[in-house]
Amino acid sequence: MRSIFYRALIVLFVLGISLWTLWPTFRYYSLTTEEKQNLSSEYLSKLKKRALNLGLDLQGGMYMVLEVDKSKLSEEEAKGAEERALEIIRNRIDQWGVSEPIIQKTEEGRIIIQLPGVLEKERAEELIGKTALLEFKLVADQKTLEQTIKNIDDVLQKTWKGDTTKTYLTDILISFGGGIGVRSSEVHIFKEIINIPEVQAVIPAGYEFLFGKTEETPEGKIRPVYLVKKEPELTGTNLKTARHTIYQGQDPAYAGKPIVEIHFDKKGATKFAFVTGSNIGKQLAIVLDSVVQSAPVIEERIPTGDAIIRGNFTIDEAKELAIILRAGALPAPIKIVEERTVGATLGKDSIEKGMKAFLIGLIIVVLFMLVYYKLAGLIADLALILNAIFILAVMVALKATLTLPGMAGLILTVGMAVDANVLIFERIREELRAGKSPKSAVDAGFAKATITIFDANLTTLIAALVLLRFGVGPIKGFGTVLTIGILSNFFTAIFVSKIIFDYLVNVKKVEKLSI
Amino acid sequence: MELFRNLRINIIGNRKYLYFTSVVLVLLSIVVLIVKGGPNYGVDFRGGLLLQIETTPALKIEEVRSTLSAKGYTAEVQTFGKAGMFILRFKSEEIKPEVILEVLKSAYPDRDISLLRAEMVGPSIGRKLTLQAITLILIGMLLMLIYIWFRFDFRFGVASVIALFHDTLIALGIYTFLGKEFSVPTIAAILTLIGYSINDSIVVADRIREKLRAFGKVIPRNKIEEIFNSGVNETLSRTIITSLTTLFPLVAILIFARGTTIFDFALILTIGVIIGTYSSIGVVASIVTDWHKATLKKEKA
Repeated sequence: MRSIFYRALIVLFVLGISLWTLWPTFRYYSLTTEEKQNLSSEYLSKLKKRALNLGLDLQGGMYMVLEVDKSKLSEEEAKGAEERALEIIRNRIDQWGVSEPIIQKTEEGRIIIQLPGVLEKERAEELIGKTALLEFKLVADQKTLEQTIKNIDDVLQKTWKGDTTKTYLTDILISFGGGIGVRSSEVHIFKEIINIPEVQAVIPAGYEFLFGKTEETPEGKIRPVYLVKKEPELTGTNLKTARHTIYQGQDPAYAGKPIVEIHFDKKGATKFAFVTGSNIGKQLAIVLDSVVQSAPVIEERIPTGDAIIRGNFTIDEAKELAIILRAGALPAPIKIVEERTVGATLGKDSIEKGMKAFLIGLIIVVLFMLVYYKLAGLIADLALILNAIFILAVMVALKATLTLPGMAGLILTVGMAVDANVLIFERIREELRAGKSPKSAVDAGFAKATITIFDANLTTLIAALVLLRFGVGPIKGFGTVLTIGILSNFFTAIFVSKIIFDYLVNVKKVEKLSI
Repeated sequence: MELFRNLRINIIGNRKYLYFTSVVLVLLSIVVLIVKGGPNYGVDFRGGLLLQIETTPALKIEEVRSTLSAKGYTAEVQTFGKAGMFILRFKSEEIKPEVILEVLKSAYPDRDISLLRAEMVGPSIGRKLTLQAITLILIGMLLMLIYIWFRFDFRFGVASVIALFHDTLIALGIYTFLGKEFSVPTIAAILTLIGYSINDSIVVADRIREKLRAFGKVIPRNKIEEIFNSGVNETLSRTIITSLTTLFPLVAILIFARGTTIFDFALILTIGVIIGTYSSIGVVASIVTDWHKATLKKEKA
């Protein structure tokens, strides 16, 4: 009796955790578009993060595989060309504002990009394949910056009428490296604030906020923020060469540190001389694809067209920056080798049809088991439903992505889920037929079937693990579902069903099993 | 309810008919695959462009074909799912989906034509995938063989793997015969089917192992067929029930999820489950029976 109680407690505990894990998924996907509009974007994004991820084939979007053409790079430059391309592409997609893009490098050095919800194929292609933009922009002085921040907070104060639960700009700003910065996790809040029309109105005319590169600090990841002139003083079109070297100048603070030397053409040199001459003491931001790479202080007029970019570079970063500047863009041309776009309607259609098939399949199996095995069938049905809950919960917990094949895997698991119970029931029936009492029939049935279930599931698990380990994309997704399914199946069939049977034969002491 | 109680079908005794059926099915599948030049590889494998479009009111398939060929595009056109939905396949991956869409829109300005799905795969990716697929399937099979060898005996391992090749080949043959496309999800389906088929074989093997144990070391030669046959029969009701419960949701997909990519996936699995059930009942135990007898004969001599 006690053992039954404790085992039931374990099952209830697991069930509780599973339901708790599944709640955001249920909540998120049951929201209508209208309801979504009424909720704060912060709450929604939090909810979405905790909900089950849908693959591109289900929610619609773009999937691209890119290859970096390294044929024109020297051997040294070719090293890490993918990382640089990856960095630039990530940058651009971030700027574009795609929610939750997945950008990763494969083992073969290809770049995989997944853009959920993006259907503007041509724009995405252009964005990813185009040449990077290098600009030199003047940074606003400290006074202007401070005044602007104050003005923005005043505006916020008015809009939110002193509501202290709202975030103000000063709440998220951090003093950082002589300037200001924002935690990476709060960049989206910063952007939201900046995009409020009333806030836009108090940003000095001709100025804009730009982010620097994310930096690791003891306090976590921080992105510096700069207030710069919109109009660039100079662009990369006038840049002739760039190379990385070690600082040889007078400033002891930079002695022995890596720097990047740049050299402008004649036209660029003239412009550069003018810009530096008339802005001594100010910071000049070097901006690549709208991200500030560094913002050195102009110390003197530079007439020769030679300049150096200082910053806290490692030698690799300096090298990287030099190559990017020299190429003016992506380190090498990028070729799209694979591309898939799934329309949102098709994805929606797939989910609806898949869900319908899933529910109907589930109902038929449930009814069949009930008719064929009576009360025992009910136990199997219970195990089956728990199984479906556990699988989904584990998928959410593992942050797995549900793809169309994964959905098929889920549907198939329903059918196979009852297999273990069928094996057990058939064994129990045999034992009963041989004249055993319900209790010993249950014990013997479970004991004999467990070995079989173990062997049978383990071999299927081997196939599933092969899919999981070596598969790519949707195959991997399918392997995930199948693996989780087999494990959960094992738990529900052997552990959960046994508790109920034990209760029936040990506590209720039934004379006759309904099986 | 009990549908399959005390079945006494002489499966092992009639195994020559089963061998015959299997050999015929396998040969037919090989013929289909040779005639069709291998599986009907989709864009995933041979590279190219695949478009899924929807036309409302529905265009006829001939209309789509002739419009495209009039503009100089060679495309395979297929209806897919509901009326007005088409799959277009182009061998070259250089063609722009927007261009094709524009061609159709300008030819039929009164129709609403929309692009539902576009897939472009370069040829080098396709080659890599093919290789990966075959490796995946072989690795899976090898690992299973090793496991069965370790847990049961070598004969069961080999017989099960033969059954796997048998099931895969026939499922692939029928699938190809139906003109269905071999894509990445198809590999996932085949691997699942392998998992399912071996699952079935193991349940039977397990029961036979249990029966053989009761006889100790010396198994009388004249009893072998009987032992194997009763093992198969005793697990028959489980095998059939499980196949049914697996087929229910698969058939639900076939009926309710037409027009989605899981349909093809469910189709190959449905074929696979049926073949897999048959082979685990009829083929695996038959092979092991004959192998057992052959070894016994040798030991005697």
